Amino acid sequence: MGQNSNAFARGKLGSSVPSLMLVGGLALSWTLFAVSAPNDSDYEINLLVVAVVGIIFFTLGLFGLAVRVEGRRRAVDRLATILVTLAFFIALTPLISLIITVVSKGAVRFDVDFFTLSMRNVVGEGGGAAHAIIGTLIMTLAASIISVPIGLLTSIYIVEYGTGKRLTKWITFFVDVMTGIPSIVAGLFAYALFEILLGPGTRVGISGSAALAVLMIPIVVRSSEEMLRLVPNELREAAYALGVPKWLTILKVVLPTSIAGITTGIMLAIARVMGETAPLLVAAGFSNDFNFNIFEDRMQSLPNFVYYSYIAQGSIPEAYLNRAWAGALTLILIVMVLNLGARLIARTFAPKLGR
Amino acid sequence: MTQEMGGPTATTPPARPKVVVRVGDRVFSGSARGAGIFILAMLAAVSGFLLLEGFPAIVADPEDISLLSGQSFWLWVGPLVFGTFWASALGLLVAFPLAIGIALFISHYAPRRIATTLGYLVDLLAAVPSVVYGLWGAVILAPAMQPLYVWLEDNLGFIPFFAGPASGTGRTILTAALVLAVMVLPIITAVSREVFLQTPVLYEEAALALGATRWEMIRTVVLPVGRGGIISAAMLGLGRALGETLAVAMVLSATGVISLNLISSVNPSTIAANVALSFPEAYGLNVNVLIASGLILFAITLVVNSVARWIVNRRSEFSGAN
Repeated sequence: MGQNSNAFARGKLGSSVPSLMLVGGLALSWTLFAVSAPNDSDYEINLLVVAVVGIIFFTLGLFGLAVRVEGRRRAVDRLATILVTLAFFIALTPLISLIITVVSKGAVRFDVDFFTLSMRNVVGEGGGAAHAIIGTLIMTLAASIISVPIGLLTSIYIVEYGTGKRLTKWITFFVDVMTGIPSIVAGLFAYALFEILLGPGTRVGISGSAALAVLMIPIVVRSSEEMLRLVPNELREAAYALGVPKWLTILKVVLPTSIAGITTGIMLAIARVMGETAPLLVAAGFSNDFNFNIFEDRMQSLPNFVYYSYIAQGSIPEAYLNRAWAGALTLILIVMVLNLGARLIARTFAPKLGR
Repeated sequence: MTQEMGGPTATTPPARPKVVVRVGDRVFSGSARGAGIFILAMLAAVSGFLLLEGFPAIVADPEDISLLSGQSFWLWVGPLVFGTFWASALGLLVAFPLAIGIALFISHYAPRRIATTLGYLVDLLAAVPSVVYGLWGAVILAPAMQPLYVWLEDNLGFIPFFAGPASGTGRTILTAALVLAVMVLPIITAVSREVFLQTPVLYEEAALALGATRWEMIRTVVLPVGRGGIISAAMLGLGRALGETLAVAMVLSATGVISLNLISSVNPSTIAANVALSFPEAYGLNVNVLIASGLILFAITLVVNSVARWIVNRRSEFSGAN
């Protein structure tokens, strides 16, 4: 049964042609590079370049063949499909490269020492990031304590009390704008605020938390607002009909229904803010030592630890770089766990909207 | 039964039930409104404090400020503003076509079942902290790009962008722009994906029924309908790239001059990266200078983000929230 017996398949390339063309293109490219290589025994054929050139051959070849067999319009369609698929794989490449690098290089110092020691009196080998991890946890906790109530109350105002009012329009617009504040500007603001309060050169943990709160509040407001809007109006109206005051309705009916989504939003905001280096660099400063008091003295944070380990490599660069990679691995693990946990909570506990 | 109608002594309407205003309601609604006003106050405070602390640097004599090395403030900040826009523009140039391609792939080309998973994969790129990107860019990407820069100088050196001695470490503005592109890609992809998924199915099916190929359908229906959304996605990405600090600070070896050369080791720095690198050792009026440059960055990103949100809000299909 040949292709020509099927009237609908006439004038079309067979389904195996693209794959064959891809293999052919890669083979041709490899042969070209192998043949034209200088007789230097040290010369290594760069596989990446071979692959890129091979894909170019494949694209041109398939396009040319399709123009002859299928006609110009269908050939352009094939070209578009190739380009779009290529775009996707190009985007995956940095992600894969990043994950492989961080896991392989971070595993070198991913040991107990790293999680229990600080960098106090450490020059070169040894030391750990325990002070940085604790600092991150403390400052993020303080930032959450500041931003979650304010963010939640604001979203309650927007959804429950403020429909149609002009104040709501301003608040919504500026919250949207604030999601785009550069993180270093938030850090400079917190520094400026505490400089006026406590004198110039102040770098203190609570200042870092203030900067983080400025970044967290818009995220919390937007995600909570979405979740509150998802609560069906019938629930609210049923409560009103039973004589429940508005504030009790919100507390006992609306919030518990949307609590899963709100928790997800808060966890995502925390994950985003945990990885912020620039504001903490400016506001909370740099420290090698444990610090459990947020109101006094500088506090190190994990992203800052990674940054300084890279920027200020000391006598043994290897040791500093290894610590930086281990810190990066820890950071990615924490952020990924928070992200996945948040989505899991959203999936399992979300109110089942009747369909 | 007769009733007197009309006239000055009309029947009184039944007494309305008094509206009970509970204390709880007052407290709760008051605190909710207070929180909303607090947000507006916070934005005003950010601008206010930056202005307050940055102002002394603008009016002071440049001779007093060691960071400026004799130049006026505006002469010092000019190359930084150029560098900020230059790096972001390069990054956006790389990221924008890729992001549109990926969004099209996920919405129109990929099999339905794995489309959401693919979307999650791209969103994973957004979850990685920027300091990890900086580390990856400086340690992995820069050395990998270095042979390419040498090749560019050898073969395309007549173009001004690729002239000048290729950097030995690969830490140039082009590498930094590539890292920025990777960071900005997820945002543009996510918004574009939403836009493409909201194209009216009727129009798509009409195009296909008239015999259009899939690409022709996309070109004539999906892209024109989604044009406003794509532009706002690009502006959101631009806003993010303008404020990105760590990636540039760690990857770039900056000298602070205006230069269009993409592959040399003489590179303009960005405002954010400059603040990050200079702030820890700054003292006195130098701090005010850095805060003033932060204020300029704030103003720039405010304008870019406001325009982007305004474009989004104009289209009634989506209001900014997914």
